[in-house]
Amino acid sequence: MYRYDEFDQKIVDERVEQFRGQVARRLTGELNEDQFKPLRLMNGLYLQLHAYMLRVAIPYGTLSSRQLRMLAHIARKYDKDYAHFTTRQNLQYNWPKLADIPDILADLATVEMHAIQTSGNCIRNVTSDHFAGASADEVDDPRVWSEIIRQWSTFHPEFSFLPRKFKIAVTAAPKDRAAIKVHDIGIVIRRDASGTLAFDVYVGGGQGRTPFVAHLIGEGIQAGDLLAYLEATMRVYNQYGRRDNLYKARIKILVHQIGPEEMRKQVAAEFVEVKAQGALALPQAEIDRIQAYFAAPAFETLRDDALLAQQKAQNKAFAAWHDINVSPHKMPGYAIVTISLKPIGGVPGDASADQMDLVADLAETLSFDEIRVSHEQNLVLAHVKQSDLLVLWQKLDAAGLATANYGLITDIIACPGLDYCDLANARSINVAQAVSKRFADLDRQRNIGELKLKISGCINACGHHHVGHIGVLGVDKKGVEFYQITLGGSGDETASIGDIIGPAFAENEVADAVESLVDLYLNLRQPGERFLDTYRRTGIQPFREKLYAAH
Amino acid sequence: MPLIKNNEFVDNAFRHIADEEALPDGAIVVSLKRWHAERDALMARNAPIALRLSSDQSPEAIGADVHHFAMIELEFPKFKDGRGYSWARLLRQRLNFKGEIRASGDVLRDQWLFMSRCGIDAFEVDPGTRIEDFRTALTEQTVFYQPASDRVATVLELRHKTHSSSQRASVAAE
Ligand code: SF4
Repeated sequence: MYRYDEFDQKIVDERVEQFRGQVARRLTGELNEDQFKPLRLMNGLYLQLHAYMLRVAIPYGTLSSRQLRMLAHIARKYDKDYAHFTTRQNLQYNWPKLADIPDILADLATVEMHAIQTSGNCIRNVTSDHFAGASADEVDDPRVWSEIIRQWSTFHPEFSFLPRKFKIAVTAAPKDRAAIKVHDIGIVIRRDASGTLAFDVYVGGGQGRTPFVAHLIGEGIQAGDLLAYLEATMRVYNQYGRRDNLYKARIKILVHQIGPEEMRKQVAAEFVEVKAQGALALPQAEIDRIQAYFAAPAFETLRDDALLAQQKAQNKAFAAWHDINVSPHKMPGYAIVTISLKPIGGVPGDASADQMDLVADLAETLSFDEIRVSHEQNLVLAHVKQSDLLVLWQKLDAAGLATANYGLITDIIACPGLDYCDLANARSINVAQAVSKRFADLDRQRNIGELKLKISGCINACGHHHVGHIGVLGVDKKGVEFYQITLGGSGDETASIGDIIGPAFAENEVADAVESLVDLYLNLRQPGERFLDTYRRTGIQPFREKLYAAH
Repeated sequence: MPLIKNNEFVDNAFRHIADEEALPDGAIVVSLKRWHAERDALMARNAPIALRLSSDQSPEAIGADVHHFAMIELEFPKFKDGRGYSWARLLRQRLNFKGEIRASGDVLRDQWLFMSRCGIDAFEVDPGTRIEDFRTALTEQTVFYQPASDRVATVLELRHKTHSSSQRASVAAE
């Protein structure tokens, strides 16, 4: 994985010292909260309902064991022994003290981490495929390009005060595991007919109040021109994105209002100008330098493991976990392991300091010292030998980390909601817990098959409800928490925005409602259909009738 | 408003002229509207003229006229309105403007460095601003990833040793 050189390190170190000065000025009262706010927001520090919240960037979701141990150490030393992994491959500490933040940032800097641009109207943490480098379907490692984008976007002097926040996601596989079409910019890397890398740039996707699927704006951009194309897109947005209305300020609204054709034209014209300047052309030496950091680890030459079938036959729980949480690896004899952070009835995405330490140890010994954080709020060990799976499972199981539910209905994405977030209309965690408990039975979950349930506590959609096969959105009805249900959303390469099924439900009705939707699907489905497939075939009507029949 | 240029407080040589105000002698700043309406008369004057652009006015529309101005003032009505950063880069890198670019309005201390990188070289600041704070703000960060209007060597150039000098050069030094 990428390692900082002296320049990367200096940028982060200088930032820590700068923020230390700012916090000191706040603590002595030289700055009041109003003056301090824009400064802390440049460093990922929010003021939540009960306390400050610090959001740490995990660029494209890749961590070393050393980094994960540091995250655990910070949770123990400065917080309440746990932290929360978010849908943006970030980590949030919910209870740090302001006076400690400079030390936390200094600790992070010792392991090449930071909280830069995890808030504010700037280019946020670049996200990517959590199976990068391990999955057979990718044409290149998307993290190479994510890192190149991370550097270009860090403290960009022109684009740090955009109309609104800006999210970029990158995938290099036809199967989109990074939800790129619901990002401000989503990049699909492919190979053209001659085998050369080409970058398709989708612009204007997003969730929130007005969800849109992104349009293909730049097609087949060459590697050396990637940053010039991104700079051109950002400049068009910075000039013409709306600034009069917070809810209309994202680039998706600009693309919607002028239309994709006009957007293409404007970006193309700007691209010509930026290219003519030449300064942003990516030298091959730099691409090579970064690519070297992401070279494949020293895989052994193995065959697929013969013992595995026997181990599974002897241990039902291991077999179930293997079938559900283990994905095929590009190398024979290896496997990709998803560590679910969704125990039945738990808080989606939370991990204790001890659990983080354990995963760090396991990654160090069994997965080339590398951990991934997925946008689905799980952890991934991307390169595990099949012959190590049983041992790995036993250790995870002992720490409560072997929940077998990857991609199933209890693998719920949920934002922090009203338990923490001051923008929330309703709680999310309680609903996730209720649904999780309702469907706890593993045989039942497996019979239902892939079903992505996603919950947000308000229309900002941090819980990605718009792209849930079943989405749940917290709304406020005269001070009471209600939940609106959407169906048919998807964040993958067939991206779609969910349809609202009808009037919202009270908190204690949500699990029942989800259950009747699932039951109907089980009745309607044809062989091989997932929930989403059945929904796309039948449309919303039968589901609507079923759900509101009794009312 | 106090004015900082080249790391020092300097006198403001330009007088702000409202759109209806009669034209006085001496150096003046006019709006884009007035420039369009009275271009010939303004050019016939025998004193420096400057242009002020509100944050929704792109300098691209001025085209070659840009070289008639001794100074262009970019207004920042709110610190969150970041259009001026793009305007400054367009002025320096596309229109090749060599005169002063001045930032006025709601500007935070932590924005000075970004502005300077984009080609802004004069700053109206709040009364009470200390020159040491300004100087510190411009040197708190010394390493940069992006090529910008200040033409300072980027990390890429330093890494691959493709830049002749690592000194920050002031493109608009007069
Ligand atoms: S979706 Fe709303 S409630 Fe949930 S974390 Fe985002 S802003 Fe907060």
